Amino acid sequence: MSTNGMTSWAVDLADIGAVYPFQGTEFVLFILGLVFWIGWHILQFRTEKTEVDHEMHSDESGESAKDIIGRY
Amino acid sequence: MGNNLDALTTIFTEFYYWVTVVFMFLIHVGFCVYEVAASRRRNHAHTLMKNIMVIPLVTVTFFFFGWWIYFSFPNGPYIYQGMGIDYEAASFARPWDPSMGTNLGDHITGVFWAAFLLFSWTAASIVSGAVMERIRSGGFWVLAVVIGSFAWIIDASWGWHWDGWMVKMLGYHDAYASGVIHAIAGGFALGVLLVLGPRLGKFRDDGTPRDIPPHNPWLVTLGLFLIYTGFWGFYAACNVPIIAPEVIDGEITGVTWTATNIYLAPTTLSAITFNFLMSLSGGLMAAYLVSKGDPFWTFSGGLAGIICASAGNDLYHPIQSMFIGAFGAWAAFKLHYWVERKFKIDDAVGAVAVHGYAGFIGLVICGFMLWGQPSSPYAGYAAINPLGMFIGAIIMFGVLGFLPGWIVAKILHAFGMLRIPRKVELEGLDFESSEAYDNAVAEIIAAEQALVQTK
Repeated sequence: MSTNGMTSWAVDLADIGAVYPFQGTEFVLFILGLVFWIGWHILQFRTEKTEVDHEMHSDESGESAKDIIGRY
Repeated sequence: MGNNLDALTTIFTEFYYWVTVVFMFLIHVGFCVYEVAASRRRNHAHTLMKNIMVIPLVTVTFFFFGWWIYFSFPNGPYIYQGMGIDYEAASFARPWDPSMGTNLGDHITGVFWAAFLLFSWTAASIVSGAVMERIRSGGFWVLAVVIGSFAWIIDASWGWHWDGWMVKMLGYHDAYASGVIHAIAGGFALGVLLVLGPRLGKFRDDGTPRDIPPHNPWLVTLGLFLIYTGFWGFYAACNVPIIAPEVIDGEITGVTWTATNIYLAPTTLSAITFNFLMSLSGGLMAAYLVSKGDPFWTFSGGLAGIICASAGNDLYHPIQSMFIGAFGAWAAFKLHYWVERKFKIDDAVGAVAVHGYAGFIGLVICGFMLWGQPSSPYAGYAAINPLGMFIGAIIMFGVLGFLPGWIVAKILHAFGMLRIPRKVELEGLDFESSEAYDNAVAEIIAAEQALVQTK
């Protein structure tokens, strides 16, 4: 058993193509990769929303904002 | 050089490694920038000097004995079939051998030596960040030589050598050094940290940790960017760029030339370019989320991603590499804070997590992902397998990393050579040089002001 089908390098390299493991699952990997990418955006939006909401409820007097602007 | 093709191949290989060495220099530049930026102002000069002096100290000791160890110890000694030190194979690596100097009959040894040497600097530099702001420079430099010119090169001889006993007996596979550089350096740092103890003020009276922010977070990320850049050179340096099957002398048939990994098994620069970038990306994406966009941990997570995938990045599919990188970054972040809370370990830059834990996990994952694949083009070697890789991870992190770090740190501690006194830590390592600087500035200002003529 071998995850890329090769159990020895006793081969002519001219006859060998892909050697990554679990060949045949490329499309599934692609779909999982898409899910990871889209999921990342969803989670990032949620995290950023929480951060922005938190900032909206802080420094209601505006004094800290003035101080930060003053520091450039 | 037998003919023109041999000559071209030799000169190409010589130049190839030379270029990787120049790229890898950026790793050390990055570590210095990053570490100074992470330290507080009162410790800058010592922090920088602690790391920069790794270069000469590890270089000369690697010339004196590190390079020789690599070729002498692939069988243990006495681990593989009772075979001892291989004096004959290592004879050209003795510092007094003609190969170790200007020699028109040997175009490769110097650049090949330098490629390994730059890995040695990296191993020592990884430890440097973890222990900053309270270690004595002299104590650290002894530790740097132990990891840089001794411990890591033994592990390379065992598990990062076409003839190493770990490859032959365990099926160990670690193409881009998840274990042989990162896990060992992380384990070594952890061993030292246990003896060294945390910086003053790191933990509250109730034992909960305080954050000690870097004095310049932006320079920290620039340092990590430089480390990424140097890491490209590191990856290229781990390959043999071009070799004919008959030179490999294994079981490969035909006449097709190939690039290989350190075990002389075929791979391509294309593969490692895909996988370097995809594992970096997976690490960055996961670290951004888990750290809630913290720049230090996001950048460190990119590094952890590459490190976690590195063991098998010569053979993985890029999307596999991305997921492994993402998991490595997530695990490094979580484990860093868990260990900090649970065991009161003050790892100032997260080096144990980013290099040690991510490297260890990467080795274990590699055992499953590449299960059953040949570890070598030579006959009779064990195939890559999960148990062998797990044992390999323990050897790298624990036996050759943690143990030597802990033992040498204990010895240094016993002689009062490990940690600076409390007073010096509080006033800063640069206290005296800063005072001298201030006095010099005040004196020259006063002197020049006195020279100004008034009407």
